[in-house]
Amino acid sequence: MKEMTLSTLIAVFEEIFGRGLFWTLVVAAVLVTLAYIYVLIRDRAVSWRKFLTAQLAMPFGAVLAVWFLMWITHSSLTDIGGPIDVIVMLGVAVLGAVGAAILVYTVQSLLRPPQARDDI
Amino acid sequence: MTQKNDIRLDRRGFLGLAAGGAALAAAGAVRGETIKTSAKIVIIGAGAGGTSLANRLVARLDGAEITLIDPRKAHLYQPGLSLVAAGLKPAGYVVSDTKDWLPTGVTLVQEAAAEIDPEAQTVSTSGGTTLDYDFLVVAPGLVLDHDAIEGFSLDMVGQNGIGALYAGPEYAARTWQAAQKFTEEGGTGLFTRPETEMKCAGAPLKHTFLIEDLARKAGTRSKMEVRYAAPQGGLFGVPIVAEKVRMIFGERGIETSMKHTLKSIDAGAKRATFETADGLQDMDYDYIHIIPPQRAPEVIRQSGLSWADKWTDQGWVECDKFTLRHLRYDSIWALGDVAGVPKGKTAASVKWQVPVVEDGIVSAISGTDPTERYNGYTSCPMITRVGRAMLIEFDYNNDLVPSFPGVIAPLEELWISWLMKEVALKATYNAMLRGRA
Repeated sequence: MKEMTLSTLIAVFEEIFGRGLFWTLVVAAVLVTLAYIYVLIRDRAVSWRKFLTAQLAMPFGAVLAVWFLMWITHSSLTDIGGPIDVIVMLGVAVLGAVGAAILVYTVQSLLRPPQARDDI
Repeated sequence: MTQKNDIRLDRRGFLGLAAGGAALAAAGAVRGETIKTSAKIVIIGAGAGGTSLANRLVARLDGAEITLIDPRKAHLYQPGLSLVAAGLKPAGYVVSDTKDWLPTGVTLVQEAAAEIDPEAQTVSTSGGTTLDYDFLVVAPGLVLDHDAIEGFSLDMVGQNGIGALYAGPEYAARTWQAAQKFTEEGGTGLFTRPETEMKCAGAPLKHTFLIEDLARKAGTRSKMEVRYAAPQGGLFGVPIVAEKVRMIFGERGIETSMKHTLKSIDAGAKRATFETADGLQDMDYDYIHIIPPQRAPEVIRQSGLSWADKWTDQGWVECDKFTLRHLRYDSIWALGDVAGVPKGKTAASVKWQVPVVEDGIVSAISGTDPTERYNGYTSCPMITRVGRAMLIEFDYNNDLVPSFPGVIAPLEELWISWLMKEVALKATYNAMLRGRA
């Protein structure tokens, strides 16, 4: 490996997904993140009830992310061959979990804005 | 480009794989200023090397007249052939349209190069066109000499237990038909490689590993003998890798017949004949994978560009192994499979070679000294089973040159290395074709 730049990485991502899909995904990720920040600012607080519900989505997001990656790459848990593989799998699981939690929290907040009595 | 959207991956999943994508995503040299020139540059071959170089030269040179000569309309992503021949990808996975990868402003002559005159600096095509050049890059790839295997012809592939994945996407798919039958029914499988230099010397091993693994998963492994037969004394050109492969072969019960050169087959009797130190030796098979001897295209050998004292039966282009510039003709560079250098007949090598040739030509135009050198870098994601591979990278010295030392161990069978081959490699290859990696 010679050198790595952001433009190289972007080029590789574009080739994997196709340019249209890649940038659509980027936009979707940015929109969800912005929506998340928006509801946080709008509500001026984290709704712990919603956060608890969102947490329930985390294991599903984690498993789903790992399962999807393994499914699409014809591999299985038995192919984990070394520490780096475990780290990658956990990384994928964590990203899946966090992504699912943010998504569920944001959707809840957008659909059900806090009531006057909503706990904080 | 038709295959762009074939691999889709969960966004989060891919983010987790960023490191994986990184391994094969090396950026090119930092681009210099655009140089004004009216140089005529001819590139023979619009494969991985020619296409990638054309894209990079267009970005570097303003006004250069760049012509590519290649009769083939389809561009083949050859690193994918092993996956096709194991039933993991369809034949279409490796096929795209040559034209889709080329930048605007270059000319593609869809004819074969028929004659090169390095003294007069001209190239003639099969259609009768003669092109003058100031700089010539020979990147036509290599030819598979199927006729050298007596009794074998390509129309046999896919039937009677005969496979030959190197011959192209359709043949790779047919190879899987024959190999799949073998994984279902068992018997004796012979996995061969030629005595000549060859592209991707890891592929014969990959095919062996994959078919053995698929049989294991199908529950038929006990019904078969898997035998790797090769003319060489070692299992891989890099000794430390050869030893590792030997150990895996031992664990998996894969037998070897070293110093065995496939000479002929009797397709009806399912018998292969090998040349050995003790004379000819017959072996019966139920499945045989044939990789024929490989040579430089005839036009290269006829034009006096080949080494006179090395690889005389193969005809690789005589060039400096670090600069890839022809040793007798200053205006000619070799790129890719055809280059007469000790390593580097892989797409990963091409990625390292292209910036060197680019730098050589741009420097020649601007009158400066080139600085880029090719160190023999070759990469082989050595698949050892469906789901695992070893990311082996090495150079002219047979030194391992891992991209992520201490993180991705080169001699470990890892899932992450498999992910790279499955997911990130083609993407990186495509980015390379566009001159962006």
